[in-house]
Amino acid sequence: MEKKDQWDTVILPKINPFDLNLREIWEYRDLLLLLIRRDFVAMYKQTILGPIWFFLQPLLMTLVFTFVFGNIAQISTDGLPKVLFYLSGITVWNYFSNCLTEISNVFRTQVHLYSKVYFPRLILPLSIIFSNLVKLGIQFLLLIIVTLYFYTKGIDISLTANILLIPFIVLLMAILSLGLGLIISSMTAKYRDLVHLVAFGLRLLMYISPVILPLSALPQKYAIFIMANPMTAIIETFRYSLLGTGTFTIEQLMYSICFSLVAFIVGLLYFNQTQQSFVDTV
Amino acid sequence: MSKTVLKVENISKQYRLGFVGTGTLSHDLSRWWANIRGKEDEYLKVGEVNDRTKYSKSKYVWGLKDINFEVKQGEVVGIIGKNGSGKSTLLKILSRVTGPTTGSVKCKGKVSSLLEVGTGFHPELTGKENIFLSGAILGMKKQEIQRKMDEIIAFAEVERYIDTPVKRYSSGMYVRLAFAVAAHLQTDIILIDEVLSVGDDSFRKKCLNKMQNMTKSGQTILFVSHNMPALQLLCRRGILLNNGGLVMDDDMRKVANVYLNNEGTENKRIKNIKTKNDGLLISYFSLEVEKPGVNQPIHFNLSLSVINDKLLKLLKDGLALIDLYIDIHNSIGSRLISLRHMGVRIQQSESLIKVTLENSNLPKGNYSVSLNLNSVIGHLFYSSNILNFSILSLDGIDSEEEWLGFRLPSKLSIY
Ligand SMILES: Nc1ncnc2c1ncn2[C@@H]1O[C@H](COP(=O)(O)OP(=O)(O)OP(=O)(O)O)[C@@H](O)[C@H]1O
Ligand SMILES: [Mg+2]
Repeated sequence: MEKKDQWDTVILPKINPFDLNLREIWEYRDLLLLLIRRDFVAMYKQTILGPIWFFLQPLLMTLVFTFVFGNIAQISTDGLPKVLFYLSGITVWNYFSNCLTEISNVFRTQVHLYSKVYFPRLILPLSIIFSNLVKLGIQFLLLIIVTLYFYTKGIDISLTANILLIPFIVLLMAILSLGLGLIISSMTAKYRDLVHLVAFGLRLLMYISPVILPLSALPQKYAIFIMANPMTAIIETFRYSLLGTGTFTIEQLMYSICFSLVAFIVGLLYFNQTQQSFVDTV
Repeated sequence: MSKTVLKVENISKQYRLGFVGTGTLSHDLSRWWANIRGKEDEYLKVGEVNDRTKYSKSKYVWGLKDINFEVKQGEVVGIIGKNGSGKSTLLKILSRVTGPTTGSVKCKGKVSSLLEVGTGFHPELTGKENIFLSGAILGMKKQEIQRKMDEIIAFAEVERYIDTPVKRYSSGMYVRLAFAVAAHLQTDIILIDEVLSVGDDSFRKKCLNKMQNMTKSGQTILFVSHNMPALQLLCRRGILLNNGGLVMDDDMRKVANVYLNNEGTENKRIKNIKTKNDGLLISYFSLEVEKPGVNQPIHFNLSLSVINDKLLKLLKDGLALIDLYIDIHNSIGSRLISLRHMGVRIQQSESLIKVTLENSNLPKGNYSVSLNLNSVIGHLFYSSNILNFSILSLDGIDSEEEWLGFRLPSKLSIY
């Protein structure tokens, strides 16, 4: 008979998806920090314009939207200056969209790491969430500057305690994009073509979100689509808390919260199940 | 008796060959359907023995099949086997990069793997930043890296460039730095795959020394390598894999001999390689050793075929002559023998060139052959490692003495 040995690690063909091994992730926290730093330094050094790019990208997008949707299509901007309306939407949307895209692709883009050394597989998706948080912070600064500019021009923006909702909104987005991203990345480990679908789906999702169309100006026909988008309440709440304009209801917000939590849990379990052997097929 | 720190039980790994992507959905569905009906998983049955030289219709192969072994604390084990025999797969499973299909692995203490040097290096980051990043990926804490920083930099000998982005490094410097980080890993069990052959000669010696120190420091190490002399130097115990199965688990010296004897009889031959000139093809390049012992003649056969008429005319007329260089390198990459035949004239569209080295005087060990073809119409071909061969000592005398140079015959007279 075998003695009752104390093993530190036991590797089995199937891992229990509920065993998240959070302690191990905690042990690798240094790696997480270094990866975030790496992403930032690399982004900073690789683009020709360096840090200016962080500002330029949302500004350009805002200008295009202002021109196309605001001036040509004459879509309502909820009584806000067009630039402010689009910029605020784009700032939050970018965070969600970047996180989701990068996490969906994480197995494929980081296979050179994953296939050569073991570290908790969740570290890379987490580092994406945090790296983008840095970017969001910088772009948020831009938004504040633009807001202040309009404020001095006499546009009525009331700063209230609602602004405290913003960290919560960001957390919600992080959970949502992490959850969806994990689900998609786990699926791409097997069914590759999904990646193209994601890019397409994200674009579509933006057009049926309040980035462009405020809830207040929603045609009834399409309401159901926009309401079904979990980002709708997030964007509206964000605008409301920062600029005081926006339509959001507790039900809508609750829907987004529940959606995010479910996506998060499903994503985590699915990812945990796939992570062990995906390197063979990626 | 020291305790068992690694226990591998019935490990098997199944791979799916060919294009993975479309089609797997249907496979998965049928698998799922079989599961629902409570049938045995069909795909687990179809895998067959994995021999890369045999073509097989099955889409599933066993990369590893029923591997069992135990490793005790402080043991240094060499894992050998021909290409595709499952060595890397085994290390990947042990290091948790991928999971086994069946079986289990149990280990005590922290396991680190070194399957490649420079994992996680980012070209934009400086040497120092990369040391941190790469170290952290290998499982080191920031503090630990900080503590060893000076040692790592000194080992890599790149002090001057330490604050320069590594994209400005020469490839040798890059590799030195990468290896230096890995060499300073300190964990209970280390898995190393084929990373000895990096850098220049002096650095390789340094690496070998470092590894020797590691083996003496009581760390448990599993080495995968094709470098038999190095393995025999470092490891006491050897494991031989073949087609995914464990063939032998014994004293390193014995295992290496069994492996080399089997490999030695395999006909060494490389076929159909393109040269830089489209009109010229190397139909094959082969090496024959009459008997796998010391001081046996070595024959090199080079068959060239000219497919372009214009080129053939040039060659026939002697306007284009071929310079042929065959070099023999030892296992750490130093050139020992250089065979040169300049101005070889080719008369036919298919020609066979034979070069024989009557008495190589090479001691036992592993060697690699490089081939270089040049001509006035341009450089034709170069491969630094086109063939490998081994020389065994069959006289049964396995002296441990390190070989220091050629023993050339000389006369001694006493007056
Ligand atoms: N992801 C994969 N998908 C399909 N087959 C694979 C995969 N990885 C490895 N294999 C197969 O498994 C077998 C064992 O491969 P492995 O890399 O372990 O060989 P090895 O002994 O390390 O060879 P080498 O000496 O060339 O490094 C090979 O036949 C290889 O083709
Ligand atoms: Mg290998």
